[in-house]
Amino acid sequence: MATLAPGGPGGASEPGQPTIALTPGGGLMPQGGITGARSLRRMTRAIRSNGKATVGAGLLVLFGLVALFPGVIAHDDPSAEIYGRALGPSAQHLLGTTAFGQDMFAQVIYGTRPVLLIALGVGLSATIIAMLIGVAAAYLGGAWDGVLSLFTDVLLVIPAFPLLIVIASYLHGASTLVLIAVVTAVSWSYTARQLRAQALSLRNRDFLEAARVRGERSIYIILVEIIPTMTSLLVASFLTNALYAVLFSSSLQFIGLGNPNTVSWGTMLYWAENNEAFQTGQAIWIIVPGLCIVALGAAFALLNYAFDEIGNPALRPVRSIRGKRVKRPR
Amino acid sequence: MRFVLRRLGFFVLTLWAALTLNFFLPRLMPGNPALAMVANHRGSLSPQALKVIEAQFGLGHQGIAAQYFSYLGNVATFKFGESLTTQPGVSVGRIVLDAIPWTLALVGLTTILAFVLGTTIGILGAWRRGGRLDSIMPPIFVIMTVIPYFWIGLILILVFGVKLHWLPYFFTYNITLTPGLNLAFIGNVLEHAILPSFTLLITTIGTWILTMRNTMITTLAEDYVRMARAKGLSGHRIMLDYAARNAILPNLTGFAMSLGFVVGGAILIELVFNYEGVGWLLLQAVNNNDYPLEQALFLLITGTVLLAILIADVVTAMLDPRTRGAR
Repeated sequence: MATLAPGGPGGASEPGQPTIALTPGGGLMPQGGITGARSLRRMTRAIRSNGKATVGAGLLVLFGLVALFPGVIAHDDPSAEIYGRALGPSAQHLLGTTAFGQDMFAQVIYGTRPVLLIALGVGLSATIIAMLIGVAAAYLGGAWDGVLSLFTDVLLVIPAFPLLIVIASYLHGASTLVLIAVVTAVSWSYTARQLRAQALSLRNRDFLEAARVRGERSIYIILVEIIPTMTSLLVASFLTNALYAVLFSSSLQFIGLGNPNTVSWGTMLYWAENNEAFQTGQAIWIIVPGLCIVALGAAFALLNYAFDEIGNPALRPVRSIRGKRVKRPR
Repeated sequence: MRFVLRRLGFFVLTLWAALTLNFFLPRLMPGNPALAMVANHRGSLSPQALKVIEAQFGLGHQGIAAQYFSYLGNVATFKFGESLTTQPGVSVGRIVLDAIPWTLALVGLTTILAFVLGTTIGILGAWRRGGRLDSIMPPIFVIMTVIPYFWIGLILILVFGVKLHWLPYFFTYNITLTPGLNLAFIGNVLEHAILPSFTLLITTIGTWILTMRNTMITTLAEDYVRMARAKGLSGHRIMLDYAARNAILPNLTGFAMSLGFVVGGAILIELVFNYEGVGWLLLQAVNNNDYPLEQALFLLITGTVLLAILIADVVTAMLDPRTRGAR
C-alpha cells in the first residue's frame, strides 16, 4: 500500500493519536501541523478497522500480484492463436478459448498488467500535476494564480470523454504509455482546483507565517509545510483518478481506439463485440473481462469511500452508533 | 449582473479554447492523419466544402494564421464542410441535425427521470436514516459507479435481448417500418428505447441519490430543523419544506449541468445499442476517419456542455445569494 500516499517528511514515531480531525475530500480546513507520517499511520490503522477499506486493499493487492507474476498463474501465451476456436470452458482452458483460438484465462490474467499500470500511472501523474499547478497557483497568487486557474477551469469544463475520443482518433492504436499520457491530460484539472482551494485556505495560517518568519525558502514551505497537510486530499485524488483511468482506458479500448494487439480487458471486450460473442454463445468473453474491470474499479472506489467515511463521521453508517440513537419524533 | 458578465466571459474564452484545440490537434499529431484523409477524398467534395475543410486541416496554400482565422469564421457561420466517408458529400450540418433528435429524446427524458427518481429516493433515504432503503442504497451505488456504462448495456442485451427475447436491442426502430406518426411506429420506437434508457437510468441515478442523501443529512442536523421538530410540526412537513427544500440546491445545479451532457453523455450506450444518435455518429466518424464530421460533433458536445454550465451558474446565483460574491 506504500504507493497510496506520498509519504511526508516523517518525524520520529510518536505514540498516541492526535485528536485533530482529518478531512479528506472535504471543504473543512484541517488543523495545522499534521505530518505526512502521522496521517500515513492513521491510514494504515483505518484500513484495518474499516470493512470497505479492508476489502478494497485486499482486492488491490490481489490484482497487483497477478499483474506482477502473470506467468505463475496462467501457463499459456495469451496472444498465441494455437488452440481450437471458441471452445467452452474445460480443464485445459478454464474460461474456454476466443474465436481466434487464444486461451481466454491467460488473456484475462495477462490483461491485468496494462490496466493496473494505466490506473497507477494516471493516478500518480494526475495527482502530481494537479498538486504542482494547484499549489503553485495558490501560493504564487496574483497574475500567476489568474493564469493557472483559468487554464485549469477551461480544461475542467471541456467534456473529458469526447476529448479523449478525439485525441485518440488521431493516434491510431494508442499504447499503454500513450493512454496514460492522454488520460492524465484530461483528468488532472478537478484535483488541481480542489488543491488550490485547500492551499488558499492555508495561506494565512500561523504555522506558515512562522515558517516564513523563520526565513524558510518558498520551496521548503510548499514541500514541507503545505503539501503534508493535504495528504488526505492527495490520496483521494489518486484513488479517484485511478478509478477513472480504469474506466476511461477500458472504454477507449472497447471502442477500438487502444492498440488492438495488446492483451488487456478493454481490447478483449473490443474483439468479443466485433465477433458478436453473445450471438455465437460466447457470453463469457464479455462477462469475465467486464467483471475484472468492475472488481478493480471497486477496489479503488471502496478505498475512496472508506477514507471519506473516516474523514467525515457524518457519513458513517448509523448502525455502529445505534445504541445511542435518539428516537425521532414522528 | 457583473457575475453573469464574468461567467459569460469565461464561457466565450472556453469556447475559443475548445475551437483552438480543435484546430491545432490534428496539426500536432505525428504525420497529421487528417491531412492525408482529406487529400484522399478531396475529389468527392463540393468546392465550398473543400474550402472549409482546407482551412480546418491545413491543406491549401494559405499560411497557418490565415487558415486559423478562416476556420474561426467558418465555425461562427456554422460551416463545417462535408462528410468524407460516413455519408460522402453530404453536409456535416445535415448529418448532425438528423442525429440530434434521437439523442435528445433518449438521453434527455432519461436524465429528467433519473433526477426526479434519484432525488426522491435520496430524500426518503436520508429521512429514514439507517432504514432498509438507506442501508441497501450506498453499497449499490458504490458498485454502480465502477461498472462501465457500456458493459451494463451489454449485460442487459444478453439477458433481455439474446436470452429472453423480450426487447429489441438494435437500432432506433425496426427498419422494415416506414417512419410516420402512427401507433405501430411510435410503439416500435419506444420499445427500442427501453433498454438503452434503462441502462442510462441505472448508471446515472446513483449520483442524484447520494448527493441528495448526503446534503439532506447535513441539513437535518441544522438548528432550524431542530426548531421545527420542537414546534411539533408534522414529519412530512419537516422533511419536505424544511430539510429537502434547502438540501436540493446542489442537486438542482447538478441537474442544470447534466442537461448539457445530454448530447454527448451517452456515447457508449448509443454504440452498444446501435442507437443512431450523436454519440453513435461520433464513433462512426472516428472509425471512418471522417475528421470534419468528428470535429463538428466535438464542438457541438462541448458547446452544449458550456451552455449548460453557464445556465447552472446563473440559476445557482439566483437561488442562492451566497454564491454570488464567491470567487
